[in-house]
Amino acid sequence: MIPPNYFLILSVVLFVLGAIAFFIKRDLITMFMSIEIMLNAANLAFITFARSANSPDGQIIVFFIITVAAAEAAVGLAIILLIFRQKKTIKSEDMKLMKG
Amino acid sequence: MTEIFWLIPFIPAASTLILAVFGKKLPKKYVSFQACLAVFASFVISAISAVGLLQTAHGNYPLVKNLFSWIQAGSFQVNLSLMFDPLSAVMALVVSGVGFIIHVYSIGYMADDEGYTRYFTYLNLFTFSMLILVMASNLILMFVGWEGVGLCSYLLIGFWFEKHSAANAGKKAFIVNRIGDTGFLLGILFIFIHIGSGEFTAINEAISGGAISVGLATLIAILLFVGATGKSAQIPLYVWLPDAMEGPTPVSALIHAATMVTAGVYMVCRMNLLYTLSETAAQVVALVGAITAVYAATMALTQNDIKRVLAYSTISQIGYMFIGCGVGAYAAGMFHLYTHAFFKSLLFLAAGSVMHALSGEINMKKMGGLRKYLPLTYPTFLIGAIAIAGVPFFSGFFSKDAILTRAFAQGQYSAFYYFIWGLGIMGAVLTALYMFRLIFLTFHGEERLDPEVKKHIHESPKIMTIPLVILAFFSVGAGYIGLPVVLGEKLNFFGKFLEPVIKEVQEVHLSIQTEWMLIAIAAVVAFLGIFIAYVFYIRSPLIPRNLATRFPTIYKLMFNKYYVDEIYNAVFVKPTIKGSEIIYDNFDLKVIDGAVNGAATATGFAGKILSYFQSGLIKDYALIFLLGVIIFLAYLLF
Repeated sequence: MIPPNYFLILSVVLFVLGAIAFFIKRDLITMFMSIEIMLNAANLAFITFARSANSPDGQIIVFFIITVAAAEAAVGLAIILLIFRQKKTIKSEDMKLMKG
Repeated sequence: MTEIFWLIPFIPAASTLILAVFGKKLPKKYVSFQACLAVFASFVISAISAVGLLQTAHGNYPLVKNLFSWIQAGSFQVNLSLMFDPLSAVMALVVSGVGFIIHVYSIGYMADDEGYTRYFTYLNLFTFSMLILVMASNLILMFVGWEGVGLCSYLLIGFWFEKHSAANAGKKAFIVNRIGDTGFLLGILFIFIHIGSGEFTAINEAISGGAISVGLATLIAILLFVGATGKSAQIPLYVWLPDAMEGPTPVSALIHAATMVTAGVYMVCRMNLLYTLSETAAQVVALVGAITAVYAATMALTQNDIKRVLAYSTISQIGYMFIGCGVGAYAAGMFHLYTHAFFKSLLFLAAGSVMHALSGEINMKKMGGLRKYLPLTYPTFLIGAIAIAGVPFFSGFFSKDAILTRAFAQGQYSAFYYFIWGLGIMGAVLTALYMFRLIFLTFHGEERLDPEVKKHIHESPKIMTIPLVILAFFSVGAGYIGLPVVLGEKLNFFGKFLEPVIKEVQEVHLSIQTEWMLIAIAAVVAFLGIFIAYVFYIRSPLIPRNLATRFPTIYKLMFNKYYVDEIYNAVFVKPTIKGSEIIYDNFDLKVIDGAVNGAATATGFAGKILSYFQSGLIKDYALIFLLGVIIFLAYLLF
């Protein structure tokens, strides 16, 4: 049996990859995908802990996360689509309307 | 039927509400009809209640109707309760009766005014406030009425507020009254501290039970009297009343002659036990009244504005009422209040009719010889003048004589009262003199009219002249319910009616010869004044002019109203304005505005620094977010 630490290390690696991608990539779609990777890294950690603690709580939270992520993807993609229609660009640097 | 007396003030109140809310949509005719009807209804109920009062046994006074408990805080309690006793009854009858006649007159006088509805709303509001004042069963509610009439006075003096002088006169009246009200309020507070209740019955019980010392009574009585000098325009706070003539003439008749300005006299009569207890306070009242009576009369002598003469005359006559109160003849003071209400409102309304005829002219130098143009105004004006001058068999004679007789009788105790009596007699000569000066300048002699005005001259419509006739009738007849005691004890019906409220302290008896002599003196004095006026203004008009040139200082002093307005202006008004400006420049602008602006600048500066972090770029936010998470994790782990 694979020890749980392996899964946790994989989860950390995935999360860090997602975070790095979020900061170095410039277009919104890729940034959005890196957020999904980070979410799934968290999912993996949850599942691992649920399994090793022999409790269903972690799994339940994972279902929640998957559901919310699906909804978020729908809304997020729609927003990105609209931004593209308005501004003909999806580069994150071009979006700074909220500058104080 | 007397139980419904509490409705008296609330009928005009309801009418005010309707007019204030729907007035603009209602036709003019309906507005005046409703306003008059409301006051008339009050009058009818007052009359019914007063008749009911006559049939009630003396022990059952006063009738009190407690509507609800208004303020309740610990032992401090104020009820909204009204009471009805002979004193309230007299006042309620005068206010609603004379008020009704003046309402009717106003229909004609204000017919072409743009503010017709507003005028009647205010007039109804005034009637309501005044009735609350005279029917309140405690000092706090009385103070509410007291301030209410002050407000209405302000609103109606400044009725033509587009006119700068009218707006200023309104402000002046309001502010001068505030000064008096400070004293009045302090007096009320002292009563609450030492007696613990503002109910008149409780106060009277406490005073007759000896709960307050003479010194304290003096303090309270004088503080209350300060309020009375403000409202009733006595020295030193009389300055607002002549300026109050900027308002419409019926208002001058109702508020500034017949009712509101006499509120101070009513208050002193209401608190008569207090003034009886403190002889010093009573003497102050008598002295202020006597000096005002003469002083205001001298100013009336030199004025050329027909309404201002009447205004000074009002101040002078209220002085007489205070003489009555000060010498212990409260009933006589009230009696003069009651007769004065008729003849003074008659004089004002007749003066209004003259002004109406002359397209608003108020300068007597531009009148003269009007008697043939105004066949109804002239005789009624003349009757009013005769009544106020104190010619025998007219109402003013009886009331003034009652006051002066009592003042003379009090002289047996202290020579001070002879002095008061002397001032009263002097004032009586001056009263006859200035009234007939007014008559002769206005209605007799050569015509000095502007030709333009003369073309439009006309007698006033019936709606204005009928009230004049009614008031003239009362100016003659009103005195017969309070005949001098020398004609028979029972004939002084008025004094008998007020007896349950006004306790006669010491019965002063004069011999019958002395009484007749005093009556004769009063009559002679009136005729003397009229005779002097006749000589001065009809037979040889050069005399007053010569006098004025012979004694220029005195004439100038009187003509310029003793420069009191100027002195007050220099001593009180200017320093206040200057001081306020200094405070405004240094404190308001620098300290307060500085603090406020400083706070705003500091906030703005802090915001500038923080806004540097709000770049609008999502990655910056994510970075800060990440840093936060790392710091948080570090904190958890180590």
